[in-house]
This record gives sequence, structure tokens and C-alpha cells, in this order.
Amino acid sequence: MPSALINVPAKARRGDVIEIKTLMSHIMETGYRHTASGAVVPRDIITNFTCRYNGTEIFRADFYPAISANPFITFFTTATESGKFEFEWTGDKGFSETASAAITVE
Amino acid sequence: MTDHTTRRTFLGLAGSAAVLGAVPIVVVRPAEATPAMLSSAIRNIVGEANVRAGRVKLDIPPLVENGNTVPMTVSVTSPMTADDYVKSIHVFNEKNPQPNIGNFYLGPRAGRAQVSTRIRLADSQKVTAIARLSDDTFWSATADVVVTLAACTEGAI
Repeated sequence: MPSALINVPAKARRGDVIEIKTLMSHIMETGYRHTASGAVVPRDIITNFTCRYNGTEIFRADFYPAISANPFITFFTTATESGKFEFEWTGDKGFSETASAAITVE
Repeated sequence: MTDHTTRRTFLGLAGSAAVLGAVPIVVVRPAEATPAMLSSAIRNIVGEANVRAGRVKLDIPPLVENGNTVPMTVSVTSPMTADDYVKSIHVFNEKNPQPNIGNFYLGPRAGRAQVSTRIRLADSQKVTAIARLSDDTFWSATADVVVTLAACTEGAI
């Protein structure tokens, strides 16, 4: 089953630059591998990742097969207000997963 | 090793492998990205703009054992204010089957223009990171990576 690991600080001061770490379990099959009988293993990857902070998109990424299995992404944002981070991963074969994390800004 | 293998043939094989320098790990490989594919992938992003070296820092180990998961951090020197920030970071490689690795879109709210992830490298090669700033100038950094175990295309499953 797909599952996400999210690391967002629970608390921050207004204006702090905070680090966000995300990991989504996914095989990220490249589409360049073959079975023992020579058949191509079809591509199955996550193609898009988005992070929204209280509804506003703050970070987005396009993935290619060169991103490792279980994509791990670290990025930064400025803590502006208390609220929620929403994460979304979409990809091949209708893959779509979401996760969220709350933050308190003082 | 079969019963028929003599010490002499074994030593002969070992010797020829040593002459080749290394036992090839990759047996069947689809055509790798060519320098032309790399430059057209870069042109798709930057258009006709000039790409200058500098401002971008690409942190990647110079020697990796396992090409399946290579840690990489790209950071860009930028004040990240409302009128001077990094719009996006694009990472390319030279010899994987596809020249693109990932595109990362930031904004002034990021506070710090830095992205980390883990990538696959199918061979020892150059990795290039290009940053697009808010004034639509492009800056780049390139790093050489030696890979001992290739990713993506090795072996059957």
C-alpha cells in the first residue's frame, strides 16, 4: 500500500524558513528493465508532486524515471501563518495519493 | 562453474576480463541519451536564452557505489525576495536513457532556494543543474559522478 512520510516542524516563528521532508513509497519502475524472458517491464512512476500551504501552491515537481524508488524530496518554505500543508502525488496507472501536516506559527 | 572448466580456461577468462578493465555489468541497454538529446532537453527548458555557469551549487558524491539511489542537493544563491527569487530548478544527465531527471518549481515564499532528492544514474557521467531566476536568466552547475553499479538497466528481474 502506498504510504507517505512527512516531516514538517510542528511549531515555527513567523518568518522562519522551515524545511519540509517528504517520502512516498513507490516502486518508480523505469520502463527500461526487462524480465528474464525479454519482455519490457512497463513504466510505472510518480510524475507530479505538489505541496500547498493553506491552499496556495508553494512547491511543485515533475519526476522522470531517473528519480529513485520511494521518492524523497526536501525543500523549504517561509512560515507565514498557522494552518495546513497538503501534499499530493500523482503518476502512471492512475496513481494518486495525498497527505497533510499541520503547523502552528507564533 | 561446471566440472568441465579447467583451471587453465578459468585463468584465461579471468585474464581477459582483467584486460578489459572490468567485467561489464550491463549486458542489454537501450540507447542512452546522446549529447544531442541532452542539449535538446535543455533547449526545451531554456529556449534561446543564454545559460551561464555560476550561482548554482550541485552537491552530489563524486564516487557512488550504487547508481540506484544517489543523494543530490541543488542550491541556488538568491535572496529569495518578492522581486528576486528562483523560479525553478531543472536537473539533467548525460547518459541515462532519458536526459531529464526532475523539474522543481519554487517561488519567493520558499525562503531558501534548495532542493534535495535521490536519483538514479545508469553510468558514470555528468549531471547538470540549471536554475531559472525571476528575471528569466539561467544559471547552471555541472558535476562529474563515477558510478560503480549502474541503475535502471541492469539485469533481468
